[in-house]
Amino acid sequence: MTGRLSRRALLGGATALLAAPALAAGPRGARVVIVGGGFGGATAARYLRRAMPELRITLVEPNRVHVTCPGSNAVIGGLEPLSRLEHGYDRLRSRFGIEVVHDAAVAIEGERRRVRLGGGAEIAYDRLIVSPGIDLRWNEIEGYGEAAALTMPHAWKAGEQTALLRRRLEAVEDGGVVIIAAPGNPFRCPPGPYERAGLIAWHLSRTRKGCKVLILDAKDSFSKQALFQEGWKALYGDMIEWVSGASNGRVVRVNAAEGWVETDFDRFTPALANIIPPQGAGRIAVAAGLAEAGGFCPVDPATFESRRIPGIHVIGDSCIAGEMPKSASSANNQAKIAAAAVAASLAGQGFASVKAINVCYSLLAPDYGISVAGVYDVADGRRAGVAGSGGVSPLGADAHARKTEAEYAVGWYAGICADAWGG
Amino acid sequence: MRSLAAFMALVVMAAALPARAEAPVRLMAETCLACHSPELHSTIPTLAGRPAGDLLRLLLAFRDGSRAATIMDRIAKGYSREELGAIAGELAGKGERP
Repeated sequence: MTGRLSRRALLGGATALLAAPALAAGPRGARVVIVGGGFGGATAARYLRRAMPELRITLVEPNRVHVTCPGSNAVIGGLEPLSRLEHGYDRLRSRFGIEVVHDAAVAIEGERRRVRLGGGAEIAYDRLIVSPGIDLRWNEIEGYGEAAALTMPHAWKAGEQTALLRRRLEAVEDGGVVIIAAPGNPFRCPPGPYERAGLIAWHLSRTRKGCKVLILDAKDSFSKQALFQEGWKALYGDMIEWVSGASNGRVVRVNAAEGWVETDFDRFTPALANIIPPQGAGRIAVAAGLAEAGGFCPVDPATFESRRIPGIHVIGDSCIAGEMPKSASSANNQAKIAAAAVAASLAGQGFASVKAINVCYSLLAPDYGISVAGVYDVADGRRAGVAGSGGVSPLGADAHARKTEAEYAVGWYAGICADAWGG
Repeated sequence: MRSLAAFMALVVMAAALPARAEAPVRLMAETCLACHSPELHSTIPTLAGRPAGDLLRLLLAFRDGSRAATIMDRIAKGYSREELGAIAGELAGKGERP
């Protein structure tokens, strides 16, 4: 009798367990809030919808149009108009049933599980995904505050700043020197400053005479360095010069009104200065207490759940993802992983860690592309590259290979934007 | 009781396994869609509608270097044969996206 009862209870239990995947449709009333509508947040919204058709999903993003950083160096170089980088939220609303709230998240109360918006409203959540990108650390380079950025653009958040740097570049005359100040690690888009150098040189070499691009770097090495230097030489001769941190390349002070840039020992007065300042996690992540002293947010590398506040996942440029670079590609893949982890958690299921990838293309000219790729697994509590995988395009490849990668760069951009914002 | 416990363990495993095994494979396969968009015609080939066997043969050829590639060789080397098999199967089973 006992056995029979147990067996019946057991079968009931088994039925419940077998039915468990259906719970992935979402427990009634569950709500996930996503802060930030860039590559991380938009992808997370979309893939959460895929996993849980009934879930209430709210995306909080102050801007009605997102302007992507990927592609922005091509705009600066004059290859494309800025409008090509704009992505709205209509398809997330209409095709995927995402509530999009155009407001800024100004506070997060982890214990009450609430997000407060700039307009005063509070939104309760069961799980929160935070993907606010970066914040620029003003005045860490002496004299480089928000006002200085109107004269010496950073263009490290795309939009107005991208357009400003493009306009300023168009005003550079024959013989002008353009300085790019590159920050120390970690920062958004490790190959970005060097792609920018190439595309600025492309513009200047076609339209001006005797110009120069001088990269003043806080670092002693950089992403895809040998490939960039090989390509610069082949395409632009000695037009691009890179000064390492060890060779006194770190910019410590600027004066936007007088137009000069200083390292410890030298002062430069270029035709145009593009200052890329040090960065930290997006403001809301820091305000919520998700960041550590270094400025970025520690997370469980398997689920991207915050190590500081339970119930909150931090993805994209704001999180510390081990060896994964701060890139759109990383943010996109982290978003899929976090969305799956959130869905599993809401459905009361376990979650197994999964490998993640990063793919970044850089252009040195419109028909000259190079790439870096990596596959990252969880090992010893962090995301680390899988041995034998990943790496950069080969040195010494022929023009056809570079052109093919430039074409793939275009396809990569179209694909990842469709993946995030819904085509 | 012991056999009951064993039976219970089996049922629990059988019930729990598909749900847990499913997520990582689907998740791994979704990784590919960032570049290989099923919604666009771009310079990067779509994977939609390609049989699992064809996809797996390609992935293994990228992995062992027998097929020339720009980037897929570097990515395929990060996965085991079993993982590539599971990814190929998942991608082949995919129709249109929601």
